[in-house]
Parts: sequence; C-alpha cells; structure tokens
Amino acid sequence: MASFVAAPWPWYVAGPVIGFFVPALLILGNRVFGVSSNLRHLCSAAFPARLEYFRYDWKRTGLWNLVFVAGILLGGFLAARWGVPLNVAISEQTRLALTRLGIHDFSGLAPHELFRWSALLTVRGFVSVIVGGFLVGFGTAYAGGCTSGHAISGLAALQLSSLIAVVGFFAGGLIATHFLLPLFL
Amino acid sequence: MSTALAANQPANPDRRAQPWIALPIYLLLGIGFGITLTKSEVLSWFRIQEMFRFQSPRMYEIIGSAVAVAAASVALIRRLGLKTVSGEPIAIPPKSLGRGVRYAVGGTIFGLGWALTGACPGPLFALVGNGVTVMIAAIASALAGTWLYGLLRPRLPH
Repeated sequence: MASFVAAPWPWYVAGPVIGFFVPALLILGNRVFGVSSNLRHLCSAAFPARLEYFRYDWKRTGLWNLVFVAGILLGGFLAARWGVPLNVAISEQTRLALTRLGIHDFSGLAPHELFRWSALLTVRGFVSVIVGGFLVGFGTAYAGGCTSGHAISGLAALQLSSLIAVVGFFAGGLIATHFLLPLFL
Repeated sequence: MSTALAANQPANPDRRAQPWIALPIYLLLGIGFGITLTKSEVLSWFRIQEMFRFQSPRMYEIIGSAVAVAAASVALIRRLGLKTVSGEPIAIPPKSLGRGVRYAVGGTIFGLGWALTGACPGPLFALVGNGVTVMIAAIASALAGTWLYGLLRPRLPH
C-alpha cells in the first residue's frame, strides 16, 4: 500500500478516479465538473470592469468551484509531500525528441530550463509560461470549457459542442508541439 | 450584446443558491482531484509532450477511461432519474451549439496553450501546489486572457 501511494498511479486507476468526479459533483450539488470557469469567476471578483461577461453573482455561482480549485492546489502540495521526488518516466523516443529540441533536465514535473522564475526573461521561458498561459485563458473562455469541462464532462454527456472543442484542443496541441516548439525552444 | 450572440451562448452561469455547509466537501473533493492530477502525472509537461507526439498510450488510456466512467455514470444517473443529496433533480445544462465557431476556434487556441505550458487549468493550480511556483505567472496570464475574451466577446464570432 505504501509503495502504491508513493508511486505514480497506473492509467486504469488514474482515469476512472478522474471520471468519478463527474457523478460526485452532480450528486453532491448538481455541479458540472469544469475548472476553467474559475478564471472567469476570478476576473468577475477582481476586475469585472463593467463587462457583460463578468457581470453575475460569482459568489453564488462560482464559490463552490473556487473552493474546489483551492483544494486542487492543496492536493498538489500534499501529494508532493508523500512521493519520492517525482521523475516522470516518459518514453525514450520522447526524451530523444526533446533532447534534440534542447531540453536537458528531465527531473521534476516540467523542465526547469523553461519553468522557473528566472527563465521568464528568456524567450523560451516567456513563451512557455506567459504566452501559453494567456492562450489557455483566452481559449478556454472562448470555447466555454477546458479538458475537464469539455473533454470529460461534455463528452460524458454526449455533447456535440464538446466533441468539436476536443478536436480543436488536439489540433492546437499538435500545431504547437510540431510547428511552434521547434521555433522557440 | 446582439440577440444572435445571446442565443448562441449560455447566459451567465446558473444562479442556484450555494449552501455554505457544502463548501468543506468541495474543498475535500478538490484536494482529492489535486492528488489525482499529481499521482496520475497528467499535470506533467513531459507527459503532455509524449501525448502530442503519440509516443505512449498512457494519456489516451487515462482520458479514455475517465470519459468512459463519467459517461456511464451520467447515463446511469439519467436512467435511474437520480436526485442530488438535497433532493433536486440532476440536470446537466446543454452547451448550445450555435454555429460551433467558438468551440472550434476557442478549442484550437486553448490547445496551443495546452501544449506550450504543458498544463490545462486544473494542472496549473496543482503545479503551484507541487512547488512549480512560476505557474502563478501562467495563471495570472490566463486571467488576462480570459479578461481579454470578456472584452472582445461582443465582437467575436460564436
């Protein structure tokens, strides 16, 4: 059991556990599992600027989700305490491809060469963190959902809109991986 | 806002009252989800790269089985007409399709960001908890992106 807790979960544990959040939130309070709406709630709370899109009662509709997201942060913190220092066992092919792009540090969850504060002053760090983050925020708001809201909740409810969104997610991801990354890494 | 836009898009989020008593439960569920994102490694930039390069089935197995479990649960909830713990009928508000432009274009823009940061919104927060604190800057930038959408929304095709 202890080694199970410390080691990364196999896919057949991880996937079903993620899927379980959909019925859990529905049964608990008719809530639809989806994380990106919190970005909207935070904007609505902090700088609504009288924009129509941010004019709603965020406490009434979004407080549960903001609390959920605070939990996600805390859960990440707790999980990091238990495990052995994480080293993600990616395939050798991926490691080779990334090495060719100039990634050399494979420790941790994300390459330190890109994802540390001082790297924000480099082109590749800035594009990865700031440009990437901006596109995540703009894209999820435009599409009305992210991986959780569209790929998990939306597909589970057999919504065509979510299927279109998920095809878009992968189109964008493939373009960025195969055409953009080689340009700036 | 034009009426076409209003018809295309769900109005502001639902306005059901929030029972304060339930908030600690949402916190616990969130903690569980943060642990799951970490232990499944789906929050790792390396795993996202592996996925978009089709070099391991792992991410597809995780997403596929997550959707399967969620879809089976939703089907069961609908079939049995289950209610929430407080006795409300369970309803998933459908996302109106409209012309579908917002899903295709917005989805693609998000996909670009997903591959660049190696994280979608849930993992951004879980990564901060895991000590990758620079993701605070990514979250701030994501808020700026969401805000810009709020500003441009009346002029964007949906």
